[in-house]
Amino acid sequence: MRATAPSRTQLGAPPATGGAPLDFEVSNLWKVFGADSARIASDESMRSHSAADILASTGCVTAVRDLSFSVARGEVFVVMGLSGSGKSTLVRCLTRLIEPTAGAISLDGHDVMALNPKELRELRRRKVSMVFQHFGLLPFRSVLDNVAFGLEIRGIGPAERYATAREVIELVGLHGYEARFPDQLSGGMQQRVGLARALAADPDVLLFDEPFSALDPLIRRDMQAEVIRLHRDMGKTMVFITHDLNEALKLGDRILIMRNGELVQIGTGDELVGAPADEYVADFVSDVARSHVLTLKWVVTDVPHDLPSGASTLPANTIISDAIPAVLGSSSPVLVVDGDTVIGVVDRDAILREVAGVPHIC
Amino acid sequence: MTTTPPRSPRTLATRIRPRTWLIVGIIVAWLLAWRLLDGLWTLSLQSAEVTPLHLWLNEVNVWVSNNRDSNPVFVYLFDGIRGAVGALAGVFIALFVKTDVGLQLPEIGWLGVVALVTWVAAAVGNLRVALLTAVGFTAFGVLGLFGDAMWTFALTLTAVIISCLIGIPIGIWAGLSRRAEAVVTPVLDFMQTLPSFVYLAPLALLFLIGPPSAVIATVIYAAPPIIRLTAHGIRAGPATIGEAVDSLGANRRQRLWTTLLPLARNSIVVGLNQTVMAALSMVTIAALIAAPGLGQRVVQALQSLNVGNAFVAGLAIVVMAIVLDRVTTAASRRAEISARHSTDARRRRRVVALGAGLLVVVGAVYASRTFLWAARFPDGLSIGPWLSSVVGGATAWVQGALSILTANLKDGITIAIINPFQALLTGSPFFVVAAVILAIALIVGGVRATVVSALCLALVIAVGLWEDAMVTLGATLIATVVTMAIGIVVGVVMGRSSRVDQWLRPVLDAAQTMPAFVYLIPFLGLFGPSRFTAIVAAVIYASPVVIKIVAEGIGAVSAEAVEAAESTGASGWQTITKVQLPLAAASITLATNQGLIYVLSMVVVGGLVGGGALGYDVVAGFSQSSLFGKGLAAGVAIVLLGIMLDRITKSATQRRVTRLPGTRRARTSTAPIPAAH
Ligand SMILES: Nc1ncnc2c1ncn2[C@@H]1O[C@H](COP(=O)(O)OP(=O)(O)O)[C@@H](O)[C@H]1O
Ligand SMILES: [Mg+2]
Repeated sequence: MRATAPSRTQLGAPPATGGAPLDFEVSNLWKVFGADSARIASDESMRSHSAADILASTGCVTAVRDLSFSVARGEVFVVMGLSGSGKSTLVRCLTRLIEPTAGAISLDGHDVMALNPKELRELRRRKVSMVFQHFGLLPFRSVLDNVAFGLEIRGIGPAERYATAREVIELVGLHGYEARFPDQLSGGMQQRVGLARALAADPDVLLFDEPFSALDPLIRRDMQAEVIRLHRDMGKTMVFITHDLNEALKLGDRILIMRNGELVQIGTGDELVGAPADEYVADFVSDVARSHVLTLKWVVTDVPHDLPSGASTLPANTIISDAIPAVLGSSSPVLVVDGDTVIGVVDRDAILREVAGVPHIC
Repeated sequence: MTTTPPRSPRTLATRIRPRTWLIVGIIVAWLLAWRLLDGLWTLSLQSAEVTPLHLWLNEVNVWVSNNRDSNPVFVYLFDGIRGAVGALAGVFIALFVKTDVGLQLPEIGWLGVVALVTWVAAAVGNLRVALLTAVGFTAFGVLGLFGDAMWTFALTLTAVIISCLIGIPIGIWAGLSRRAEAVVTPVLDFMQTLPSFVYLAPLALLFLIGPPSAVIATVIYAAPPIIRLTAHGIRAGPATIGEAVDSLGANRRQRLWTTLLPLARNSIVVGLNQTVMAALSMVTIAALIAAPGLGQRVVQALQSLNVGNAFVAGLAIVVMAIVLDRVTTAASRRAEISARHSTDARRRRRVVALGAGLLVVVGAVYASRTFLWAARFPDGLSIGPWLSSVVGGATAWVQGALSILTANLKDGITIAIINPFQALLTGSPFFVVAAVILAIALIVGGVRATVVSALCLALVIAVGLWEDAMVTLGATLIATVVTMAIGIVVGVVMGRSSRVDQWLRPVLDAAQTMPAFVYLIPFLGLFGPSRFTAIVAAVIYASPVVIKIVAEGIGAVSAEAVEAAESTGASGWQTITKVQLPLAAASITLATNQGLIYVLSMVVVGGLVGGGALGYDVVAGFSQSSLFGKGLAAGVAIVLLGIMLDRITKSATQRRVTRLPGTRRARTSTAPIPAAH
């Protein structure tokens, strides 16, 4: 596995963006489906029209609209939005499985849009693998052959590719199922095969398009844990598409929220919950148990002048629910520190308000 | 395809009524015109008469036979193809039929042949079909027709191999490229509207008569199903899999070989089954251009009206059809389960068993090359002549004892329906008949269909066969009306009752795999040679496909619509006439389209059993060189009639509905295409 991958101690911590190498860097990405698509993207006046207007006047569907974002190395970057908001289109544009209409994409500093078909295939074979919602397994190949398929495409001989495939099968917990065929496996196991197939190529980046949406809730939880574990062990960059906010919060270092192909907000989970950019996001996050997502920095109040000396302290990135015992057990408000600087205090009232779900009044 | 939404039964009914009145009015006007102008401008032509065009075609024939040795196009192109096809056929002929040297026995003798085909059936299928194959091939010997059956088998095999070599690549190409599909599909559609008869004369002109041109005609007739189903299989591969394979960085070649072709395998094998059955049907008909084999026996027997011999040869064809169908069907099942679901141990056992079987084959071949009894099927075991005389006797008895029934039925219908209708068509002035046809085409098919029909009718007149074309058209229409009546009644029963469906479907499937020739024999036995016989054979030949399409249409009517009708207290009859039939209208129109094409094809073959008209012209063209040109022209006229009927009914179907679930234009079978998974 890649040696440069930073090891991270806590899932959900903000990525080290300052100076850390970037994997994907996407700017002003457009995807318009339809006969006139090229004209629309190049035409400045059309760009200002809404998706509905473009559809009405040209019959073209604007699936991705002027998106810009970057994904840091080792980050789990989640793209979230309702069905039809353009998530699948976006993630396919990253390796040009769907050809973008306009915009720039670079991977590890290389211009993806400039690659010729052969170079693009190399990129898909070695650098970026994808896991699909409907698995995309070959029904006439055994689990082993499905997992080894990417290596076979790359031209690697049978001995080596089966050895690698067996290792990866072990890794995803499918040991003993090598000779089975996809239709003899449950949905969750099929997706493990899909995951193993993507991992077999040892890519730098994994793309997931709603990989667990077709699975039962319990199995989905297992698979999410599996992804978290793999990420911890391998530190691969992941771009993860989902329409499930809880999944996004659970997995994502940062989350991009899309609506009708446009970027609505981008930020860490607690930024989205703590400071939703608009009604849409606020609506989205309204059902979330805030105390499980927000950190103390979202509920601090100014340090009162009568604070007794010797008050206990907690780090600012402590999740509220984790701080409950300490705060409730303390007779006075608790100091919240970010490194060496005190950013404020939390008291029982602030904690209980969040636990009870009463919105924080800013 | 139009995009009109399906209409509700009510608006359909209100739309039909004025149209029906219009058609009735046209027919009344026609009857009046006939009464007034009977016998004028009929463009009649006696059966031995020819036109200048026919004479010119005769000269072309003579010119070709005089110059084929010196003309480079013939020497290099046509003779080259002929030589290559002949060489491949020669391999199988030597293997299965006879070598040119010595006793003219097959290379591996009859025992070797039976052992080899049985082994192949076991290898591609299973033990049951292997047993069937062994019994079937031995039965050819018992019927006294081993050599003839092997001719048919060898030619069919050659044609199927060439069809696959040509058809699978074309199918892949059509499956991969939209543009290729746009080129290939209309060509296949056109080829499948052509009755098998019409390929023969032009091919005989280019490639001479005999086995190679029979194989070429068969390839042209039998390749479309495998092309279609290969293209379908390639295209039907799930997009989700294709995308996953792309995401792994597969190039086009890898994508085709590792994904698309394996996913298409089922569909290709189904196509192979249809191609094999079409090939068998055509190889027997190619007897008319001197292809040896069972077809030849049937033709000879039909021409001498020897029902006994025709029956025995027909029985052998039926056995061949059953064996080939069962084996290729079993092969497609095997393709489905293939390597999977079977453990290593079971696979190893199978390999060992097949290896042992191969030793038996080698033993049988050795025996055949050593002992005469194993090389040539012993005459003493043959019951062919005995069976022939029994059937001949039975036929004579039936024709005598049942003559009250059969002769009255035949004469009654001939006098009451066939003759008057034929008189109306051939006795009216040609422009009156043409105007009636075009008016009906305009009402049911629309402007484009009318333009095509006008062109077709003009060309029929130009080739000088108007009267014969009208006789054939009349027989075709009568047979189609009867076929549709049977098809709707049986189809409704079948569509409404799954029990009847279960029971009837295998019968219909089996009937559809039978070569056209076979249908003539029993009715020749019952009714003797006549136009009536050809019409009855055509009705029986076309009924299975019509029944199936109607049943499918009735079955596809949503259960909700039926429940809704029943909940309002509609009786069974009301449900059928007010809900199911109107909602299945598009299927019924499609069934009419298929019915017409099948009927036309068979009515023409009926030229062999006294069907007369265009079919007779074609047959006579093969046997008398002075009528060659007329036969060729008759072939063209048949094609023109086919195109006209197809265009009219097809645009009627398209007007009814955009798309029908599960219907497609395959000629040899309408077995549903299994969904690739
Ligand atoms: N091949 C296509 N042609 C036309 N429109 C498409 C195509 N693929 C997706 N779309 C449209 O683009 C929009 C975004 O689709 P998609 O990316 O699949 O959304 P999501 O994955 O978020 O559900 C939808 O309105 C969809 O209908
Ligand atoms: Mg999607």
